[in-house]
Amino acid sequence: MATIVDSSNPKSNLPVQYRELNYLNCSKGWKSWFFTLDHKRIGVMYLIGVTASFFFGGIFAVLLRTELLSPTKLLMGPDTYNQMFTLHGAIMTFLVIIPGVPAAIGNVILPVMLGAKDVAFPRMNLCSFYLWMFGAAFFVAAIVLGGLDTGWTFYTPYSITSNTSVITALLGVFILGFSSIFTGLNFIVTIHTMRPPGMTWFKMPLFLWALYATALIQVLATPVLGITGLLLVVERAFHIGIFDPALGGDPVLFQHFFWFYSHPAVYVMILPAMGVISEVIAVHSRKHIFGYRFIAYSSIAIAIFGFLVWGHHMFVSGQSKVVAVIFSAITFSVSIPSAIKVFNWLTTMYKGSIRFTTAMCYGLSFIFIFSIGGLTGLFLATLATDVHLHDTYFVVAHFHYVMMGSSLVGLFAAVHHWWPKISGKLFSEFWGRIACLGVFTGFNLTFFPQFILGTRGMPRRYYTYLPEFQNLHIMSTMGAYLLGISSALMAATLIYSVYRGKKAPANPWGGASLEWQCSSPPPHNNFDHPPHAGDPYVMESVVYDEEVEGFVPVECHEKKTGATTASGDNEV
Amino acid sequence: MKLFIPNLLANDEAGFWFPPQGSTVAEGVDSVYFFILYVCTFFFVLIVGLMVLFMIKYRHRPGVEAEKTVTHNLTLELSWSVIPTILTIIMFWVGFTSYLDMRTPPDSSYEIDVVAKKWSWAFKYPNGWIESELHIPKGENVTLTMASDDVLHSLWIPAFRTKMDVVPGRYTQEWFNATKAGTYPLMCAEYCGQKHSEMITKVVVHETRGDFDKWLKIAADIHKNKTPVEAGEYFYKTRGCIQCHSLDGVKKNGPSFKGLFGKERQFTDGTSAVADANYIRNSILEPQSKIVVGFRPIMPTFKGQLTDQDITAIIAFIKSQK
Ligand code: HEM
Ligand SMILES: [Cu+2]
Repeated sequence: MATIVDSSNPKSNLPVQYRELNYLNCSKGWKSWFFTLDHKRIGVMYLIGVTASFFFGGIFAVLLRTELLSPTKLLMGPDTYNQMFTLHGAIMTFLVIIPGVPAAIGNVILPVMLGAKDVAFPRMNLCSFYLWMFGAAFFVAAIVLGGLDTGWTFYTPYSITSNTSVITALLGVFILGFSSIFTGLNFIVTIHTMRPPGMTWFKMPLFLWALYATALIQVLATPVLGITGLLLVVERAFHIGIFDPALGGDPVLFQHFFWFYSHPAVYVMILPAMGVISEVIAVHSRKHIFGYRFIAYSSIAIAIFGFLVWGHHMFVSGQSKVVAVIFSAITFSVSIPSAIKVFNWLTTMYKGSIRFTTAMCYGLSFIFIFSIGGLTGLFLATLATDVHLHDTYFVVAHFHYVMMGSSLVGLFAAVHHWWPKISGKLFSEFWGRIACLGVFTGFNLTFFPQFILGTRGMPRRYYTYLPEFQNLHIMSTMGAYLLGISSALMAATLIYSVYRGKKAPANPWGGASLEWQCSSPPPHNNFDHPPHAGDPYVMESVVYDEEVEGFVPVECHEKKTGATTASGDNEV
Repeated sequence: MKLFIPNLLANDEAGFWFPPQGSTVAEGVDSVYFFILYVCTFFFVLIVGLMVLFMIKYRHRPGVEAEKTVTHNLTLELSWSVIPTILTIIMFWVGFTSYLDMRTPPDSSYEIDVVAKKWSWAFKYPNGWIESELHIPKGENVTLTMASDDVLHSLWIPAFRTKMDVVPGRYTQEWFNATKAGTYPLMCAEYCGQKHSEMITKVVVHETRGDFDKWLKIAADIHKNKTPVEAGEYFYKTRGCIQCHSLDGVKKNGPSFKGLFGKERQFTDGTSAVADANYIRNSILEPQSKIVVGFRPIMPTFKGQLTDQDITAIIAFIKSQK
């Protein structure tokens, strides 16, 4: 088949709907994937990598939770447990959540949303994927060569004395950092230089604002992580005395370095998910997003404030009282932009026409879960309560609500929302929604009891615990099983759709941003001519068309229906 | 609140959220917590309530399109930026004032030194007695001055609502004033390796200062309430022998105690002797006089720090290490 089906196709008056050739089938063979410069293929490879990592991290999680069914030994000894929570945490953070939305979904969607053919630097994009693979390989090596038991935070001096594969894992983190920086740079340049005619900054879809803010953090904060990791490697290998108190170093200094990256990194995890939710809520409510500018500004505000609050991880570390007070005060500033976004999403739903598609169900779950995650952050930002709650299960619950409940559910929403675009297939909405319900219920059952565990006195990273905590732990573990099964169901539903799913129309949900204007899946070069961008949230610009079972631009629809009437008139 | 909680979750004599309050700052912390909890619950109910309402009211119905509404409204948006800002300022303020109470050690207070190490606590009372449990009198300010022998630890007493990291290479402090006699868990909250979760002990709060002093006097009278071997082990652990002498045959800075008693020792000056009671006594009091081959002369003297009775106990302990 050649390029485009043309006038011989009766439906050719519809936009690029029925092209046969797309980015998935335009070239074949493993080489065409491994050496591809197509952002969509790179995105898909990231998605596969992230999913595989999520599977490993998830297996570890389920084993950990099983061990915690009983206050004493059930499956594994303390050493194995410690390694397992470290690897679970490190894999989920560095290999799943940080690259999840930006690198996997962002790569596929960002250029299409911009109406561009690709990102600004396609080769660098491929390189960043290989760096990611390389970094992940170091993690695997660390697991094989003796595990890692420092916690994903690598706190000194424990990480200096531990005899596990600390250096290997740190090199992995270092390499992953480069991958993250490359992606960030690429996105910044792409957004600056490749917006199509008509797309001013304030006509840019909010997902792109979120990716832009994220990319700024990635580029500015990640180098600090790299340097910190390298210093720690040097400390371990040559004993130079930066962080090791036995050599006159300062372990608290390490914490400052570490959190200077890792706190902003938390926003690398959540901001893109917020961007996804802005798209999902608007499209599936068929409403113009409410308060566009406030949402856009709040992304930037979060990115900026995110750099100033790292000290709130260290209220009990022995840092001075004055410093603690300043950090507490600034920390509250981050909660305001988050609150603004939540209210804007709600108002967007007002008077909408809400369709409970799977993507929307995840979007609504996000609002529920993120509210809990965000609000419980206030307890940790407040000095008096943080002293009690720091390093307890309250914190475990809080960060799972934010990282897993919000970022990951955001990723799930994104995957379902853009699945027809990525794979060209429609999945079973029925099974999708069942899986979503399971994820939502399982998630809350797993992590809500942990808030109570924490306030009542259960510290985190504990292999054994006091018997009075057992009931709550059992509840939590049951939730984890439900969550695990539901995630598997979700994956099965999506994978099944690739083989048996119905062909997706270009615009199944009625979105008005540019990615819905090219066919599903998009052709190799996305668009032949840069499309002219209008307001991405004017949902009235597309209407449902029975024939294509999807939405089409109003002009086309009118032309078509107009044409039929005209021919009818002719008959008379 | 307790009434509504199924038995499964109830925490006897404590509330739903917290263990019983055991210190003067606990009440303040709890009330800050509940203040935030109520504000959060209000907003949570508001958000989720509105969401559910919209979900029901504006669900898609065939033929009904979304209504076009304004796309922004400055007053509304400013109000939901400003109101949360004000609330968070209040939260910061209440949290800040309670924190000052909790972090300002009072002028006069009973001082206890703490050394944390993998994976145990050593509490040193003013009379020199070292114990692995924390004992304190009720109603008196107690200040802990904490140091770590190895990695980071964190001393947490949930009932007192206070916690502080123990950082190697510097001293940190934590103070409290217990309000109720009883026993509470004390644990390590900063991950410190294999037995992190077993680094748990208890705080015993004595009803009066008199009770506490009596306990301390009896506990410190080690030769009366312990066998010589037990007493010897206590000195071995608390006076620093453990840092250089192992019990399992491993050579550290000094020779291991395993199988030491009665063995022939070779010294750097060419002489030799059998390790008997007199030799051990001499090694503790005059460590530099005879150096065993293969070791450096680095052991300090314990003259004046250990009584004859203490040394006898240590000898009994070493003798028991077969
Ligand atoms: C089925 C879902 C999950 C379950 C049941 C689960 C369970 C757990 C458990 C039991 C721990 C150890 C807690 C402790 O003792 O400190 C833990 C730690 C952690 N989890 Fe998860 N988790 C899940 C998903 C995730 C996801 C998706 C993320 C990604 C963002 C994540 C990030 C972390 C991190 C960063 C830690 C801290 C590790 C450390 O202490 O070094 N978890 N999780
Ligand atoms: Cu510890």
